[in-house]
Amino acid sequence: MALKSKIKELKEKREKLLLGGGEQAIEKQKALGKRTARERITALLDQDSFDEYDLFVEHDARDFDMDKKSLPSDGVIIGTGTVYGAPVAIYAQDFTVAGGSLGLMHSRKITKIMDHALKMRMPLIGINDSGGARIQEGVNSLAGYGEIFFRNTLSSGVIPQISVILGPCAGGAVYSPALTDFVFVVDNISKMFITGPEVIKTVLGEEISMEDLGGARVQSEITGNAHFFASSEVECFEQIKKLITFIPWHNGQKARPFESAEPLPDYDIEKIVPDDPTLPYDVKDVIRAVVDDSDFFEIMEHYAKNIVIGFGRMEGKTVGFVANQPLEMAGVLDVDSSDKAARFIRYCDAFNIPLITFVDLPGYMPGADQEYAGVIRHGAKVLYSYSEATVPKLTVILRKAYGGGYIAMSSRHLRADFVFAWPLAEIAVMGPEGAANIIFRKEILSSDDPESTRRQKIEEYKQKFANPYVAASRGYVDAVIEPSETRRFLLHSLAISENKMIQMPVKKHGIPPF
Amino acid sequence: MAKKKEFGTLNINSTLYTTRISSRFEERVPFKKQDPFNVLSFIPGTVLDILVTPGQEVHKGDALIILDAMKMQNSLKSSVDAKVKEILVKTGDRVPKGAALIILE
Repeated sequence: MALKSKIKELKEKREKLLLGGGEQAIEKQKALGKRTARERITALLDQDSFDEYDLFVEHDARDFDMDKKSLPSDGVIIGTGTVYGAPVAIYAQDFTVAGGSLGLMHSRKITKIMDHALKMRMPLIGINDSGGARIQEGVNSLAGYGEIFFRNTLSSGVIPQISVILGPCAGGAVYSPALTDFVFVVDNISKMFITGPEVIKTVLGEEISMEDLGGARVQSEITGNAHFFASSEVECFEQIKKLITFIPWHNGQKARPFESAEPLPDYDIEKIVPDDPTLPYDVKDVIRAVVDDSDFFEIMEHYAKNIVIGFGRMEGKTVGFVANQPLEMAGVLDVDSSDKAARFIRYCDAFNIPLITFVDLPGYMPGADQEYAGVIRHGAKVLYSYSEATVPKLTVILRKAYGGGYIAMSSRHLRADFVFAWPLAEIAVMGPEGAANIIFRKEILSSDDPESTRRQKIEEYKQKFANPYVAASRGYVDAVIEPSETRRFLLHSLAISENKMIQMPVKKHGIPPF
Repeated sequence: MAKKKEFGTLNINSTLYTTRISSRFEERVPFKKQDPFNVLSFIPGTVLDILVTPGQEVHKGDALIILDAMKMQNSLKSSVDAKVKEILVKTGDRVPKGAALIILE
């Protein structure tokens, strides 16, 4: 029957294309510890959920002997599927085909699936593994990248966009991940940089390896380009799948609710924070003492460790957490931690995720290197994003909240909905020692025993101002609560805030201190 | 990833905090006022041409040395009226950023 033979023909064509660049190229990929593009898609998506599109797409380039080259699926695989039941649009570059290089048709496939994702309002996952622009296709490759970047921007804040760097991602290509919401990197596999080591050597005389320039560790610890670090592709995919369970599929809905769960008894909230405000503790333990199942999904764990961001659930519903980390640099706010917090706050605001902020900081970090790095305008980002956010904003002041840090960390004044303070809280213009040096300068200098006057004044200031009650007397703090009541107050406030609706003044958009 | 660091002491506005100190803070370059009498390279490059000799009087704005970097010839000019005290490099030397090239007095 004609149909039977046609089906046979289809299967044969498919089989051939499914091999991508062929057995040899696949061997090379495996030797580097990398999986093939198809293996990655199968591993990430729910079983049998993947539908592929544009398998038969071919390039029509002719320059530089391109007409003699047949590139299966033009080096990229696109399609849709589900992750734990959530619909996703996905593309995976195939390094076995012309090094996964991007030509016109390759880019058309990617933009096609990006258009689908936006139209159908579902998350987009891009697996990057490419040598970069296909030089033979010249300006067409540049056009291809431009069309991708534009769509990343168009979709930003509408659908979640996730980039997974499972190979080189260099030159212009690296801007797509930078425009997306979350970037995942894997040790020894991810390489991201604008200009590679060879050019750097020629032009600047600097010798640096790909790994030292833009490997996974660099991107996770130093540059802040990556949000999740994994030691293997397997670990990475577990992270991606977990992230997707926390976020909505588009900005018109809230994240899927789970069953509520009590925090684990391992975390006794009253035992975590030391009385002495100069001693450290891990603020993540406070989060774990309060969140469902003590399950805190941290984001950017290795960057700007003096602030902590991530997702958790409260009675089954996703919440975004921001917390100063006294373990690192006393939890000060500085250039990098401001950037880290501000972008996350905006992400939660865009995707209807309420914000809970835990405050314990001595202020902004002083010093010429911070000032020259722009701590003023970077620090302002935190103020801007908290003010701009219209999702429910809950604040718990655990310990120190001095000066500008108090204002920036989701204070009443930036329209936090509920502000609670622990009895340990010190809400003041500055710490007692600093205050004594400035406010009581004259008395100390003119005293017969400056040192004991200084100690006396420090004690006076401590008694009078280093507490939550002055702020509470003004209504800047809604309630002073016992640590053991924290989860209860947060759950009640979240329940009240379910239908929060406020209007910002009509504008095209603000001008944040970018 | 990195092994757990020990706690150190950080002074924020006269209060001493026990906490981990970041490597960025430890490795920071403390501010040093720019000394106009020390002519430093502002970019890594190769010394292409030295335009002055020791003992020579120079005026503010005079070109002292040419650095080949970023595919361009960069001329470093004096920011003060001074005399050339010492020349620390020779033509062909490859220098990193911030290297001392010429001392004026």
